Amino acid sequence: MPKLLSGAEIVFKALEDQKVEYIFGYPGGAVLPIYDELKNHKSIKHILARHEQGAGHSAEGYARSSGKPGVLLVTSGPGATNAVTALTDAYMDSIPLVCISGQVPTHLIGTDAFQECDTTGITRPCTKHNWLVKDVNDLSRILHLAFEVATTGRPGPVLVDIPKDIQFKKGKYKFFKNTLKKKLNGKATYKIPNSELDKFIDLIKKSSKPIFYTGGGVINSGPDASKHLRELVSLTGFPITSTLQGLGAYPGDDPQFLGMLGMHGTYEANNAMHDCDLMINIGARFDDRITGKVDEFSPHSKKIHVDIDPSSIGKNIKVDLAIVSDVTTLLKSLIKRFKEKNKNFVNSNKQKTSKWWEQIEKWREKKSLNFINSDTIIKPQYAVQRLYELTKNQDTFITTEVGQHQMWAAQHYKFNKPNRWMTSGGLGTMGYGLPAAIGVQIANPGKLVVDIAGEASVLMTMQEMSTAVQYRLPIKIFILNNEYMGMVRQWQELLHEKNYSESYTAALPDFVKLAESYGCVGIRAKTPNELDEKIKEMINIDRPVIFDCVVDKAENCFPMIPSGKPHNQMILGPEEEEEISDEGKVLV
Amino acid sequence: MAKSKSAYSVPGKIGKIERHIIVVWVDNEAGVLARIAGLFSGRGYNIESLAVAEVDKKKHISRITIVTEGTPQVIEQINLQLKKLVPVHKVADFKRGEKDILFRELALFKILGNSKKVEKVKKICKKFNPVILDKTNKSVVIQVTALRAEIDKLALDLKSLGLISTSRTGAVAMTKGSRTFN
Repeated sequence: MPKLLSGAEIVFKALEDQKVEYIFGYPGGAVLPIYDELKNHKSIKHILARHEQGAGHSAEGYARSSGKPGVLLVTSGPGATNAVTALTDAYMDSIPLVCISGQVPTHLIGTDAFQECDTTGITRPCTKHNWLVKDVNDLSRILHLAFEVATTGRPGPVLVDIPKDIQFKKGKYKFFKNTLKKKLNGKATYKIPNSELDKFIDLIKKSSKPIFYTGGGVINSGPDASKHLRELVSLTGFPITSTLQGLGAYPGDDPQFLGMLGMHGTYEANNAMHDCDLMINIGARFDDRITGKVDEFSPHSKKIHVDIDPSSIGKNIKVDLAIVSDVTTLLKSLIKRFKEKNKNFVNSNKQKTSKWWEQIEKWREKKSLNFINSDTIIKPQYAVQRLYELTKNQDTFITTEVGQHQMWAAQHYKFNKPNRWMTSGGLGTMGYGLPAAIGVQIANPGKLVVDIAGEASVLMTMQEMSTAVQYRLPIKIFILNNEYMGMVRQWQELLHEKNYSESYTAALPDFVKLAESYGCVGIRAKTPNELDEKIKEMINIDRPVIFDCVVDKAENCFPMIPSGKPHNQMILGPEEEEEISDEGKVLV
Repeated sequence: MAKSKSAYSVPGKIGKIERHIIVVWVDNEAGVLARIAGLFSGRGYNIESLAVAEVDKKKHISRITIVTEGTPQVIEQINLQLKKLVPVHKVADFKRGEKDILFRELALFKILGNSKKVEKVKKICKKFNPVILDKTNKSVVIQVTALRAEIDKLALDLKSLGLISTSRTGAVAMTKGSRTFN
């Protein structure tokens, strides 16, 4: 007879068998048996957050920068509800998370017990699946299934709710592998038929105005996907643009790269999307920040959509060729097939796309990311550019909060590798970047990790600085401080007659002193001429740093597509602001 | 504020609305119905009627029949989203009005009235497999099985004959002939 283990022991046994090294969490009454068991498992290190939301975002940062699932451990009631934002964030951005939550003992469920909540009910819409464990003998099967669901198909968060009595009870442990019989989210287990590949190649060959539009699916598919993408793009000689989540899959400084597309994407990327005759979407989902007005989205193009999630195909935009597949699998077979029959395509096809490239160069000449720099105040774009120039020679990981600074980071920081850019795109969670940076630093010790932040966002999870200090994680919080919720202020300026309703933060803390009180280092830069020195100082400090970069308060993030507008109607800069019609304002 | 101003895009063209019957085979486990219903409410889909019961006692498989309506795009999304749920085994979808599919709904009517009235009621219900389940000298409970629209009409017709209570199920469906749903 196999040895019987307590529920808490089973949890750790399962985590060990899943090769989990770190769990992010916060203890509480209903998970104490699990925390009690922690001391017996030296291969698993627990990172104590200061709030469950912080633990969740740290687990996300860990997952995104390492390619492994993030593990989160929280208590019942408020522990679980605090984790909901992070779970939803992971759900929207397809990040594999396994959240283990404590629950009140089985006999108290439904009695409104202390720190009881309907955790599986609350998290049902923000997880791929969740389980309430009612029998300790189900626990090992459920835990292994949870890891499988989180990491296969389109990745995402899962939650396992374990009542306290189940954590004490003795039961059998078994390591289950591949118990999931059905394919999840269209995990491609089949070979892509040659007929589909030939259709794909045929569309490539017929096109004279093509564009690659790639997204987070390339990153999620693993580092090989980026390699294959680079090969395909160079084999075809086609231009490529990327979504916010896809940045890094293709080198940001390559001449074939047109920059990010979408609401704050470049003029050339958005115009090319609008005017192309072939759009090759690899691992992106036609989000509303990308498409703008769907009826006028890229009206004259054939569209190919590669996605691992069948429900992403045809949801927002109808396509001509849909392929449900993992990106790496698809690209591998496509490249092989393409090379067999099309030797030296890039040169023989040059003529066909030359006019298209000429047009793209004309759009590029607009230099849509330009801004008017200043000698006296730091422009936020300039700060990001300097940060990029001073950190590009080392393997740097960037996280962000949400708002103007996030868009400036996406526009001006150029990524060359996947898994180096962690930002909350789908849910748009302010307060994401600081805890995410903690998870990134845990997964990548010795690497430079910078959270490009806004002062409003970072205050939402500022308590996690204490975590960074406790575990000696030398993360750099680079705050573009304009004292406003910048994106809110920008929309109010453009759409609400400059009525800056509640978007100015009075009584901000002194970030340098705040840093000191946490036991880390505070640096402030006020003028452009001291910026470089201060950034270098920040990089060279082997401790957590809060960098208060005092920037122009009134700067807006351009270019911008007012949503509800097609891609070829962008606002390029402040001089064009006056031209937005009343109709346009409604749609932004 | 002069006009409603939104940060989001305006709705695009809306396609033609179709009524569909979707049959879902699921593991009969705790919360599975909430998962299905939550998917519909969370994504703004509409449930017109719903019928659920376990059909395989050994494997604990329940069969859920959902009547819904939406544009072809929405119906496709409903199918794809349902298939993503972990406890869902398979999903079958067909348009209302397809020739080789059978539908039935069941209704119970309670009618107050004397035997003369009851005779009239029986006559009206004749086409719909009427069964008298309970009878007193003041009342009758009658069971019928029919299509949704037929039951709607029956209920209307019975109003003047003393109908005081109606209870009805959602639709269940099955293919004609030897074929089964795939």
